[in-house]
Amino acid sequence: MCTTCGCGSDEVKIEGADPHEHVHADGTRHSHSHEHAYVPAHSHAPGTSAKRMVQIEQDILAKNNAYAAQNRAFFAGRRVFTLNLVSSPGSGKTTLLCKTIEQLRGNQHVTVIEGDQQTSQDAERIRATGAPAIQINTGKGCHLDAHMIGHALEQLDLPERSLLMIENVGNLVCPAAFDLGEAHKVVILSVTEGEDKPIKYPDMFRAASLMLLNKCDLLPHLDFSVKEAIAYARRVNPAIEIIEVSAKTGAGMAEWLDWIERKSSGE
Amino acid sequence: MSLAEGVLQLIEDAARREGFQRVTTVWLEIGQLAGVEVEAMKFCFDAVTRDSMAAGAQLEIIATPGTGWCLPCGETVELAEVYGACPRCGGYQVQVTGGKEMRVKELEVA
Repeated sequence: MCTTCGCGSDEVKIEGADPHEHVHADGTRHSHSHEHAYVPAHSHAPGTSAKRMVQIEQDILAKNNAYAAQNRAFFAGRRVFTLNLVSSPGSGKTTLLCKTIEQLRGNQHVTVIEGDQQTSQDAERIRATGAPAIQINTGKGCHLDAHMIGHALEQLDLPERSLLMIENVGNLVCPAAFDLGEAHKVVILSVTEGEDKPIKYPDMFRAASLMLLNKCDLLPHLDFSVKEAIAYARRVNPAIEIIEVSAKTGAGMAEWLDWIERKSSGE
Repeated sequence: MSLAEGVLQLIEDAARREGFQRVTTVWLEIGQLAGVEVEAMKFCFDAVTRDSMAAGAQLEIIATPGTGWCLPCGETVELAEVYGACPRCGGYQVQVTGGKEMRVKELEVA
């Protein structure tokens, strides 16, 4: 969680967004002024303590979950199928996305929201494929949250029945806890990482519906055991679907595109 | 840090609802399987609440134990880690039933 990595969310930048304007997908306009009026309580009867207890009983992530529900309703209204792609840095998410867009060209409109701490390099790579993309820079933040996605949606014109791919910040910990309003989380594990990533970062593999085992073209050069990786993933999430792919050679891509087709048509 | 900010937001929402101006103690219920570092949470809470209505507030953490339902044993068992093995049979068919909570339980306010 973010209390572990100490990240902050005060430096978030969304391409094209005015930092002082905040209008949500549902039309709510608000600004993030941080004024706090401390009016001292003067009117207490002598002898009574001003202190009292207030029951809260609310989940800490309640606020994010409320924004995620708004995003989800927005996607449902336009029949937009949204995937949240999560992985550690360097698993090949952006390359996989570029190849996916190329192969869907002509059949499916794809829009991309890119999350990185800094630079818009990934959004530029996506835009080079012809797909609209918007970059969110999280600054010190280690994950995207539903509030940021809501603001990014204001900058995008999502066509009806299109596909929205959100590439989360490379991090196997915090993005697991933050619902963005997506239909599914897809976790990408590359074979140059350890087989035991699923049990080291169980929340992420538990939260995902699909695991893409990427860079499979490198298997002949590695000691990576696909069988073991799959066993570990199924241990933390018995229901997880798994596809072996190589964005580089195109192996497994047809199966991945078929998965998108099946899930987006409401299977 | 985002979690600490989430706590502050819940406090500020409650302040608007209940009409209080200061918070002196905050009780959080954090499950042992929630993946939250208590020391990091305390540090972040202090940083986030500086200059807020909860500045200087005492943060009390109520740790709730990790529990799971083991299918083969048909019993509730104690779990030390998420998706860990059942301490009785060593199997992994254990559904987490408790210990993932991250809740603001109550506040002492003035």
